[in-house]
Amino acid sequence: MVKKLDRRKFIERLLRMMPSCVLPLGLGLSTACRASAGKKNEGGSYYGMGVDVKKCIGCGRCVDACKNENNVSRQPFFFRTWIERYVIRRDGKVSVESPNGGIDGFPPLKERQGIMRSFFVPKLCNQCDKAPCVQVCPVGATYLSPEGIVLMDKDYCIGCRYCIQACPYGARYMHPKLRVADKCTFCYHRLKKGLRPVCVEVCPSQARVIGNINKVSSPLTRFRRINEIHLLKAGLNTEPKVYYAHLDGVVT
Amino acid sequence: MPEQIKRLGLVIVIAIIAMVGLRSLFIPETFYEYGHYRGESLEDEAAYPARYAGHEACGDCHEAHREVINSSYHRNLNCEVCHGPGQEHIELGGDNKMPAPRERGYCLLCHSYLVSRPTGFPQVDPQLHNPGKLCFECHDAHDPRPPHSPTECRGCHRAIDSMKAVSLHAKLSCETCHRVDPKHKVDPRGNLPSKLMTQEVCVRCHAGPEGKAKGLPQIKSDTHGEMYLCWECHLPHYPQGE
Ligand code: HEC
Ligand code: HEC
Ligand code: HEC
Ligand code: HEC
Ligand code: HEC
Ligand code: HEC
Ligand code: HEC
Ligand code: HEC
Repeated sequence: MVKKLDRRKFIERLLRMMPSCVLPLGLGLSTACRASAGKKNEGGSYYGMGVDVKKCIGCGRCVDACKNENNVSRQPFFFRTWIERYVIRRDGKVSVESPNGGIDGFPPLKERQGIMRSFFVPKLCNQCDKAPCVQVCPVGATYLSPEGIVLMDKDYCIGCRYCIQACPYGARYMHPKLRVADKCTFCYHRLKKGLRPVCVEVCPSQARVIGNINKVSSPLTRFRRINEIHLLKAGLNTEPKVYYAHLDGVVT
Repeated sequence: MPEQIKRLGLVIVIAIIAMVGLRSLFIPETFYEYGHYRGESLEDEAAYPARYAGHEACGDCHEAHREVINSSYHRNLNCEVCHGPGQEHIELGGDNKMPAPRERGYCLLCHSYLVSRPTGFPQVDPQLHNPGKLCFECHDAHDPRPPHSPTECRGCHRAIDSMKAVSLHAKLSCETCHRVDPKHKVDPRGNLPSKLMTQEVCVRCHAGPEGKAKGLPQIKSDTHGEMYLCWECHLPHYPQGE
C-alpha cells in the first residue's frame, strides 16, 4: 500500500525539511565565528617577532643559542632558526646559502667583483595565524596556542611528517631521537617566565624584536609602525607573524 | 516492528555506546580545553627549563663587569653570548666554571670583514689586523676600545673610515685625496674641505706613469667614464663596490 505523493505534498515536505538542513550549517558557522573572534587572545598576550634585516651581521649567535636553549641536535639540518646569506650579482643572478645554518659564521665571499648587493636574513617559524602545518595534522598534535604561537604536542605526535611537508617556510624538522616533528616555539617556556626568546636575547645588534601584538606600547608595535613591513610568502595567505623590515624583494 | 529491524537497532545502539566509550578512553581529558589539542601540552611546554638567564641576571653578582660593559662599545651584548648559558651557574652560586672565548676566531664571528655585513659595522680584515696576536691582548673583551685612537678623521667620519678600511683603498690616507685645513678639525663647518671637482684626484694613480709604475689598475682617461666624474660611478671610499 504505497501512499501516493502528489506534487503539492512533495513541495510541502521539501520546504519543511529545509530548516533542519540549515540548522547544522548555522551551528558550524557560529562556532567558526567564535573561534576567530577569540583568536587574538583578547586581554592577554599575542606574540609576534620583528626582524630588521639591515641590522643582522650574520654572526650566527642566535642559531647557536637556540640550539643550546632548546636542546636541538647539533648536527646540520636541524634548525629552529637559521641565517641565510643572499648574494645578488650584477648580472641579476641571486644565490642563497646557509652553511650549517650560519652557526659557525660565514666565510668571506670568494669573488670581490660583480656583486651588487649582499645581506643576511634570519629565518625561523613564522607562527602563522592560518598555519598550513596545523591544518594538515591528522591528530591535533600541533596547534595555535591562545598566545598565537604554533606549538607541538610531542607526546601526541604520531610522526607522520605531513606538517613538515606542508610548511612553506621549511621551518619544521623531524626530531632525530624522539621521531616526532619539532619546531620553533618562540621560546614559549621563556615567555611564560617573563624572559625574551633566546635569539632575541643574544642578538648583538638588536636585529630581532619580540612583542605583544595586542599592546599599543609594545616594542613590536613600535617596530611595525616605524618600519615598512614585509612578510615572507605573503601570497600564500598564511598570515605570518614574523615581520621583516628592510627586506629585499628577492627574499622569499 | 519486524524482527530484523529490532536487531539492527540493537547493533547500532551497541556500536554507538562502544564508540563513545572508546572515544573517551582514547581522547585525553584536556583535549578541546582550548581547541582541537591537548590543553595540558601548554603546561608541558611552559615547564621546560630555561638555560639562558638573560642579560640583567649576571649583574647581580658581577656588578663591576656590568658597569664596565654598559658604558663600552659592547653594551648591547648579552654576557651569555660569549660566556654561554648561565642559568646553571647562577643556581650553583657561581660554583661551576663559565667558558670564556679567548681565541681570535670568536671575535671574528662578528668582526671579520664580510661584504654582506651592514656598512659601518666595525670590521677588520683578519689577515691585516695584527695577525697571530690574540684580540684581548689589545682589546678588553668587556671594553674593546682600541688601545689608541686611529686617525683623527675617524673621530668624526667613522662610517667612511670603516668602509675605507676594508676596501681596496685601505692604504690611502684621507689626505691623499682631500686637502684639509687643520682648522677643519676644530671648527668643521666653518672650514669645510674644498669640494673635489676634477678627475685629477683619481687619474694621478689610475691613468698615468706614476700609477703605472706601481702596477695599479689603469684606465684610458680620455675615453673611460665619458663626461662623468669618476665618483659618479665608483664609490671613492669603497672602489670595488658598485
Ligand atoms: C649568584 C651569583 C652569580 C651570578 C648571578 C653569576 N655569577 Fe658568575 N660567578 C659567581 C662567582 C661567585 C664566581 C667566582 C668563582 C670563582 O672565582 O671561582 C663567578 C665567576 C664567573 C666567571 C669566571 C669563571 C672563571 O673561570 O674565572 C664568569 C665568566 C662568570 N662568572 C660569568 C657569569 C655570567 C655570564 C653570569 C650571568 C649569566 C653570571 N656569571 C652570573 C657568581 C655569580
Ligand atoms: C665579547 C664577549 C664577552 C662578553 C659580551 C662578556 N664577556 Fe666576560 N669575558 C670574555 C673573555 C674573552 C674573558 C677572558 C678575559 C681574559 O682572560 O683576560 C672574560 C672574562 C670574564 C670573567 C672572568 C674574570 C675576568 O674579568 O677576567 C668574568 C667574571 C666575566 N667575564 C663576566 C662577564 C659578565 C658578567 C658579562 C656581562 C655583563 C660578560 N663577562 C660579558 C668575553 C666576554
Ligand atoms: C656577538 C657579536 C660580537 C662579538 C662576539 C664580539 N663583538 Fe665586538 N662589537 C660587537 C658590536 C655589536 C659592537 C658595537 C658596534 C657598533 O657600535 O655599531 C662591537 C664593537 C667592538 C669594537 C669597537 C669598534 C669601534 O667602533 O671602534 C671593538 C674594538 C670590538 N668590538 C672588539 C671585539 C673583540 C676584541 C671581541 C672578542 C673578544 C669582540 N669584539 C667580540 C659585536 C661583537
Ligand atoms: C696589537 C694590538 C691589537 C690586536 C692584537 C687586535 N687589535 Fe683591533 N685594533 C687595534 C688598534 C690600535 C685599533 C685602532 C686602529 C685601527 O683601526 O687599526 C683597532 C681597531 C679594531 C676595530 C675597529 C675597526 C673599525 O673599523 O671600527 C675592531 C672591530 C677590532 N680592532 C677588532 C679586533 C679583533 C676582532 C681582533 C682579534 C682578531 C683584534 N682587533 C686584535 C689593536 C689591536
Ligand atoms: C671635529 C670633527 C671632524 C673632524 C676631526 C674631521 N671632520 Fe670632516 N667634517 C666634519 C663635519 C661636521 C663636516 C660637515 C658635514 C656636513 O655638513 O654634512 C665635515 C665635512 C667633511 C668633508 C665634506 C666636505 C663637503 O664638501 O661636504 C670632507 C671631505 C671631510 N670632512 C674630510 C675630513 C678629513 C679628511 C678629516 C681628517 C683630516 C676630517 N674631515 C676631520 C667634522 C670633522
Ligand atoms: C681615493 C680618494 C679618497 C680618499 C682616500 C678619501 N676620500 Fe673622501 N671623498 C673622495 C671623493 C672623490 C669624494 C666626493 C664624492 C662626492 O662628491 O660624491 C669624497 C667625499 C667625502 C666626504 C663627503 C661626502 C660623503 O660621502 O659624506 C667626506 C666626509 C669624506 N670624503 C671623508 C673622507 C675621509 C674621512 C677619508 C679618510 C678616511 C676619505 N674621505 C678618504 C675621495 C677620497
Ligand atoms: C694614491 C693612488 C690612488 C688614488 C689617488 C686613487 N686610487 Fe683607486 N686604487 C689605488 C690602489 C692602490 C688600488 C688597489 C689596486 C689593487 O689592489 O688591485 C685602487 C683600486 C681602485 C679601483 C678598483 C679596481 C678594481 O680592480 O676593481 C677603482 C675602481 C678605483 N681604485 C677607483 C678610484 C677612484 C674613482 C679614485 C678617485 C676618487 C681613485 N681610485 C684614486 C690607488 C689609488
Ligand atoms: C660611467 C661610469 C664610469 C665612470 C664615470 C668612470 N668609471 Fe671606472 N669603471 C666603470 C665600470 C662599469 C668599470 C668596470 C668595467 C670595466 O672593467 O670596464 C670601471 C672600471 C674601472 C677601473 C678598473 C679597471 C680594471 O682594470 O679593473 C678603474 C681603475 C676605474 N674604473 C677608474 C676610474 C677612474 C679613475 C675614473 C675617472 C677618470 C672612472 N673610472 C670613471 C664605470 C665608470
